[in-house]
Formats: sequence, structure tokens, C-alpha cells
Amino acid sequence: MAVNRMFRTCPSTGLLFHEPAEKLMKAHAVAAVVSLLVGGILALGVTLTRWQAVHLLSPDWFYLFLTAHGVDMLVLWIIFFEIAILYFASSTLLRCRLATPGLAWVGFWLMILGAIMNNYAIFSGTSSVMFTSYAPMGAHPAFYLGLILFAVGALIGCFVFLGTLVVAKAERTYNGSIPLVTFGAVTACIIAVFTIASGAIILIPTFLWSVGLVEHIDSLMYRTVWWGFGHSSQQINVAAHVSVWYAIAAIVFGAKPMSEKVSRGAFLLYILFLQLASAHHLLADPGLTSNWKIFNTSYAMYLAVLASMVHGLTVPGAIEVAQREKGYNRGLFEWLRKAPWGNPVFAGMFISLIGFGFLGGISGVMMGTEQLNLIIHNTIYVPGHFHATVVVGTTLAFMSLTYFLIPVLFRRKMLFPKLAQWQPYLFGLGMSAFALFMMGAGTLGVPRRHWDISFAGNAMPYEFPGAAWLMMALTALAGLAAVVGGAIYLLITVGSVFFAPRVDVPDFKHVRAAEGIAPAPAPVAAAIAAHHPNVGMAGFVAPGTLVLAMVFLISFILYYFVNWKYLSTVWPLS
Amino acid sequence: MTTETRVDPMNDLPPEEPVPVMQQLLDNPFLLLFLGVALPTVLYVIWGVMEIVNIPVAK
Repeated sequence: MAVNRMFRTCPSTGLLFHEPAEKLMKAHAVAAVVSLLVGGILALGVTLTRWQAVHLLSPDWFYLFLTAHGVDMLVLWIIFFEIAILYFASSTLLRCRLATPGLAWVGFWLMILGAIMNNYAIFSGTSSVMFTSYAPMGAHPAFYLGLILFAVGALIGCFVFLGTLVVAKAERTYNGSIPLVTFGAVTACIIAVFTIASGAIILIPTFLWSVGLVEHIDSLMYRTVWWGFGHSSQQINVAAHVSVWYAIAAIVFGAKPMSEKVSRGAFLLYILFLQLASAHHLLADPGLTSNWKIFNTSYAMYLAVLASMVHGLTVPGAIEVAQREKGYNRGLFEWLRKAPWGNPVFAGMFISLIGFGFLGGISGVMMGTEQLNLIIHNTIYVPGHFHATVVVGTTLAFMSLTYFLIPVLFRRKMLFPKLAQWQPYLFGLGMSAFALFMMGAGTLGVPRRHWDISFAGNAMPYEFPGAAWLMMALTALAGLAAVVGGAIYLLITVGSVFFAPRVDVPDFKHVRAAEGIAPAPAPVAAAIAAHHPNVGMAGFVAPGTLVLAMVFLISFILYYFVNWKYLSTVWPLS
Repeated sequence: MTTETRVDPMNDLPPEEPVPVMQQLLDNPFLLLFLGVALPTVLYVIWGVMEIVNIPVAK
């Protein structure tokens, strides 16, 4: 069988796109955006129902919307986009052909089939079991089968990515180690393989149970193994969006990592320990020992937290060094003040970084502490946390990357550029406030996944304090701002991809692989040595980042100990 | 006095240095894949499942 070795070189960036890989990236990106559109509409319904003053949907519709919103956002949007990133990070960044494009298309169509099947089961009204689908709460067999097919498709994508690494090495398209962004994609891919394996272990028997071939699914067994899938799927996001941060720092500023060794070491900590944090969902469950809980959350999870703190330091640090080298070297923060805040690629990435660290990271460590977890377990604090990580962290980073990809990958001019400048602020800050108010309401005890916190009409109504109601109203208002921000993103991306004029590329031509492969990139050591020694203050090359890191550390410590104090008031001892 | 780097016309590649063990690990995606799947499978899934299996059944 003939191998397609046709490439094109992007005239503005010099990136080399293998034709079949390019088509696959586009297909996955479009499928991701369609999932985001559906999930976003559903988000509006959920938000307006949890706002007690509006209370839009009936209970049946609320749980249907919540289930579809969870699946479409946490699985479909994210993983479609991540497979596109895997192909970009392998074929494009390593300047090589994609391995087995035919198999990659099989994977794509399996994902599409699974997505449609799962959504059909939900929208038919027979599977309002929410994203977690805890047994013995049963869904339609198509719900589980859809997820399984989607996972198999994603797994094929992961192995196509790994195969492409083999191709690149065999065809010597790079020297030394793979680039850091590709290494981050390797991390995401490895976590994805564990995630999908865990999903298969529990979803296949659950599917067989739903069709009557298995008699019983143990609920604790289900929860334990399912969270290996449910939470780890969100850890794929962390590795992927951190890679996107590094990529955007390089794209916008030409920034090089402060230390390749340290950054790669941090990714290694993700590979080894990040998945173990799944255990924090089971901290309040009886049956599992404290040994298992503490090892998997505190002891091992903190190594992954350390890795996130390393990335949180090195990405802005690399940007600071690059800015200082360009002459923005005065004071602590000139480099930050003179950053291109009107460029949505940078603005979105930086809000993603700050929001993920301050809101998602700190709250995640608090939740992962066995004792503190009791304060907020199963409250709306938990969705507050993961909206900070998955939406502010991952979704906003992916949105930022899209603004770069519209002209580069889709070769279209971006429509509404002024609106695009505002979009990251509206979406990022709206979603940050949304997460913050949710966490506030959760701290006051407001439950998650609940249609009506007043329990109106029930035998034992419960009266939450007025502050909790206010927090829920503020959550909804911030959520509406974020939904508008999301709608603007969809308007710009869909409009640009389908209706904008093509980017004029006078030198565009297809290049055979043998001619098109550019010289291999400089080895890592050369990149590190390229840093200018005369930037920074007081012996620090990135003093502003150091100050930001200290602010983060103090916030982290204060919030952590405030919660211990709070715990002591929840359960007074006499 | 200047030092001159002599280049062997038959082989202009620099002499190969031994690759550190850590870099060998980081450069091997399949070894990383093994570690990244095996470690959480043992510490999270298998350990967790064994604890659940060992819960005494109520009489």
C-alpha cells in the first residue's frame, strides 16, 4: 500500500504538516467544538436550574441535562481535542509522517459512533445517571457501549501517536530527545492508556450487567475502579494543557524552558503519581483502609502536586526570561505589564495558568487531605474545584491554542478579532468567579448534583443560610458570563473555519517528505545555553516569577490552615 | 597559541558521550508507558480491589 508522504509547510510558522495528519487534526478539532457547543447549551440549563430564584428545569430534565453536560464536556470535548493535540505534537512537531492514518480514521469514527450512541441514550431519557453513573443506578446499555466504543477509538489514537514517535525516530526527523511539548503529550498519552484500561475494566462488566448477562455489580468496586477512569481522564487534561502552556510560551514569546531537565522530571512525576489522586473521591467511603487512602492521596498525590508547582513556576519563568531578553528588564513586573494582553493566545493561556494554580490547585490539595475532605465531600465545592481545573485550566488553554490554529492549521483568517481579544477575559474570569462562588457555597454545605437545595414540599425541608443562596445566585450570574464567553469562542471558531476567507499563501506547495524535512532542531543543551546571562535582578533570572510563586505559596499555606481551623469548628470536641 | 579542532573528513560527527540513565528513561516512551500504567494499576486498582474483596461478608 502506498504511503502518503505529502507535506505542506506553514509560511508564517514554518511548521510542517503531514496531509493525512492535518485532516485528522481538523476532524478531531471540529468534533471537539461540536461537543463543546452541545455541552455549553446544556450548561446554561444546569446553571439556570441551580439558581434557586430561576429554577428553570424540571427534575427529570435537570438530571438529563446534567448527565449529558458531564459526558459531553468532561469526555467528548476534551478527548477529541486531546487526540488532535497528540497528532500535532507528534507528526507536526517531529516533522514526520503520521503512522497508520487509516487506523487513526477507524479510531476517529469509533469515537464519533460512541459519542452519538452515548448521547442518544441520554437524550432518550433512559440514562439520567449523571457522568459517574454509579451502579446500581442503571442506564440504557447504549450509554455504556457508547463510552466503551469512544474509549476504544481514543486508545487507537494513543497508539497511532506512539507509532508516530517510532516513525520519527526511525526516519531520524529529530536529534537527541523529543521536544518538551511532545514529551508532555507522551505524558498525556500514558495517562490516557491507564484511564481507558480502568474504564474498560469497569464499564464492560457494567454493560454486560445492563443487558442482563451479569447478575450484580458491587457498588464500592464500581466506584473504586470507575474513578481510575473518571478522575484520571481529567489528569490527561492536566498533562495536555501544561504542554499547551509550554507551546504557547514558545509560540508567542519564543520562550525556552528554564530547565528542560526539571520540566521533564515534573512530567515524569505526573506519569508515576498523577493518576493516584483518583482516590480522593473515595476518602469518605467505608471499606477502603486509611493506608490505601492516605498513600494514594497525601503521599503519592503530593509528588504530582509538586510537579504542577514546578510547571507553574517554569512556564511564567520562561516567559519572563524571554521578555527580559527583549529589553523588558526593569523592575519586577515590566515583563508582565508589557506582555501582549490583547493577544487572545497569550491572555487565555495566562488566565488558564493562574486560575488552574490558585483555584484548582489549592482546592485540589485541600480536597485530597482525608480529614479536610470531610468538610466539603459531595458538596458543590467539588464541581467548583473541577471547573477551575478542567474549564479554567484545560478548556481555556485549548481555546487559546485554537486562536493560533485557525490560521496555521485551518488556513483561515480569524473573524471578529476584536471580540476574540475580549473572549478569554469574559470566559476565564467568568468561569473563575463561577468556580469560586461554587466553592464558597460548598463550604456552607450546599450539596452537588441537587435539583432543589430547599427540599421544598418534602417532609423534612432544610433551610440553608442566606449566604448560601447568595453564593448560588452569584454562581449562576458568573456562569452566564462564562456561557456568553463560550458562545463567543464558538462564534469565532465556527465562523472562521467555515466562512472566513482563506489565508493567502503565495508560496504554498506540497512538498515530498524527502525534500520537505527541515534540518533537525538544535539539541537541548544549545537551547539552554542560549539564555542571556545579564537579565533579571539580584542574581535571579526570573525574579518576578519568584515573587508570584511566593504569593501562591503563602495563599496555599493560609488556605490550607484556615480549613484545618474550620474543621475544628465543624466538629467541636469537649 | 590557538587550539584547532580537527575534523575527520570521514566522520564529522562529535564523539558520542554516554547517555545518562535518567535521560535513557525519559527517552523511552514505552518504558514510561509501562511504568505509568503498572504503578497506578498496582497501587490504586489492585490494592483497592484487594481491600474490597477482603471485607467480610455480613451474616
